[in-house]
Amino acid sequence: MAELRRLELVSSTHEKQESVVQTIAVLGVGRVGSAVARTALAAGYDTRVAGSGAAEDIELLAEIVIPGARAMTATDAVSDADLVVVAVPLSKYRSVDASMLAGKTVVDAMNYWPPVDGQIADFEEDIASTSEVVSRYFSGSRVVKTLNHIGYHELEDDGAPSGTAGRRALAIASDDEAAAAAVQDVLDRFGFDTVYAGPLATGRAFEPGTAIFNGAFSQNDLLRELELNLHPTH
Amino acid sequence: MHEASPLGMELGVYSFGDTQRNADGTLRATAEAIANLHEAIVLADAVGLDYFGVGEHHTVDMPASSPGAMVAAAAGATQQIRLGSSVTVLSTDDPVRVFQQFATADAISGGRVEITAGRGSSVESYPLFGYELSDHDQLYAEKLDLLMTLNSGERTSWCGSVRSGIDDLVVVPRPVQGSLPIWLGTGGSAPSTVRAGRLGLPVSYGIIGGIPARFGRLADLYRATAQRSGHHGPNIKVSAGTFGLIAPTKKDAVDRFYPGWRNLQLLMTQRRHWPEPERARYEEQTHAPFAYYVGDPDDVAERIIDLYRHLGHMRHFFQMDLGGLPHEHFLEAITLLGTEVKPRVQRLIDRL
Repeated sequence: MAELRRLELVSSTHEKQESVVQTIAVLGVGRVGSAVARTALAAGYDTRVAGSGAAEDIELLAEIVIPGARAMTATDAVSDADLVVVAVPLSKYRSVDASMLAGKTVVDAMNYWPPVDGQIADFEEDIASTSEVVSRYFSGSRVVKTLNHIGYHELEDDGAPSGTAGRRALAIASDDEAAAAAVQDVLDRFGFDTVYAGPLATGRAFEPGTAIFNGAFSQNDLLRELELNLHPTH
Repeated sequence: MHEASPLGMELGVYSFGDTQRNADGTLRATAEAIANLHEAIVLADAVGLDYFGVGEHHTVDMPASSPGAMVAAAAGATQQIRLGSSVTVLSTDDPVRVFQQFATADAISGGRVEITAGRGSSVESYPLFGYELSDHDQLYAEKLDLLMTLNSGERTSWCGSVRSGIDDLVVVPRPVQGSLPIWLGTGGSAPSTVRAGRLGLPVSYGIIGGIPARFGRLADLYRATAQRSGHHGPNIKVSAGTFGLIAPTKKDAVDRFYPGWRNLQLLMTQRRHWPEPERARYEEQTHAPFAYYVGDPDDVAERIIDLYRHLGHMRHFFQMDLGGLPHEHFLEAITLLGTEVKPRVQRLIDRL
């Protein structure tokens, strides 16, 4: 009855069609972007980072805080990247050029958190999940919501090899199952199990304020939490 | 290895004010919290601590909303301690007024006053003073620029977009030492670190969770950015503010800090949807390598030095009074920090 699936089922379906991610571009070098980029490097990905500010500042920042990452302009960073992680403050998502992300698999790691960041009209006036709003802006991209519900330092601490008992799991939502499957493989190399929650609309189940956002769960527990949130009558 | 300060490690306290609680959990008067805070600063001075930072929060449980007033009162009641804000939410204040208030307190203190400017961790000041949180970046950048301009000389000319320009006007009183130390306070993002380095301002990290040693790479980035921007000398320095409480034993400290920590977490659960507090998670945080410097004097002194090895900071100051910590426990922790932790830290530093 549950519509939730473990993503490996989806993944196996698309295995032959999806090229394996080798290059990851991270847009944003704040706490989240830096942590994602370091995690990507540790997992062996060719990692590019881009941030606002002078190029020389970003280069030095990458050299010291994200050693191994290559600092580039956003356009260069994403141009041949297999996966793009958008980790800018949500209030600035429109500062990212949507056209350069056309056709790309884009991870939306952003959160709408008015008590801390203030209200943003785009998200106050729209009842859709935040990633659906973001996805309409990145309309040519295959948007995947994940990485938003793990703390930036937990990302570097909680990862474990595949098969580790009780390994922490992350939720994934996307309207594009092949893109979700590609992201699942990446998160596995990052050190996390995954659960595919469904289309982007299901991303509301792990937005700020939810049990999933606030907690840390193994795959089975995350599956149950998602079912509780998305199908409360079952 | 980082450059060692010949003075060793400065130790201190910071507080947003902590409204005491009645037995039934209801909050007591905010005026009492301010009086308690003043008493704590005077004690910190008397026991030989180096620094006390105040504010800025605007909530009933944390009522130290006016660091300038608090620092001015303390300036007249203390002898040697350095006094500052932690932080001044500059985006929602007028830099001219901030500068005048702190320069006035500086005159009263004989030159012991500093300003730490930052975004702050609370957002209540935005609606209170009629600002939009979404304008934060522009407000902060311009107001920091104005504050630095005011600090650089008696006559100021400045123009920007967030307030009217200033055409060759006098801003007094002038600081006793010629200028006020202005720090940039941040929770530890790399871009804020770059900003501090570029501007050549000392940087103050608020480390309220995670593994503090990880701030070492940010401190490296700060120093490298400052150097590349042509900033050298004593103004390029790092301080760290963390949670902490000292008691005669580790167990006492952990037990004393917990109820207030839990109260704070519960408030944040309501206000910001933080997770429900858990005792086990709390206790984990009170041990190395984590971020709560809650312990006996030996434990806290050793962990300060451990962080020093990573951060090279010249000042470590603690937020102790949280969520209705009994005032006597706050005062005892301040006394222990000055009389027990400080000499231990100095001995450990001398051995490095």
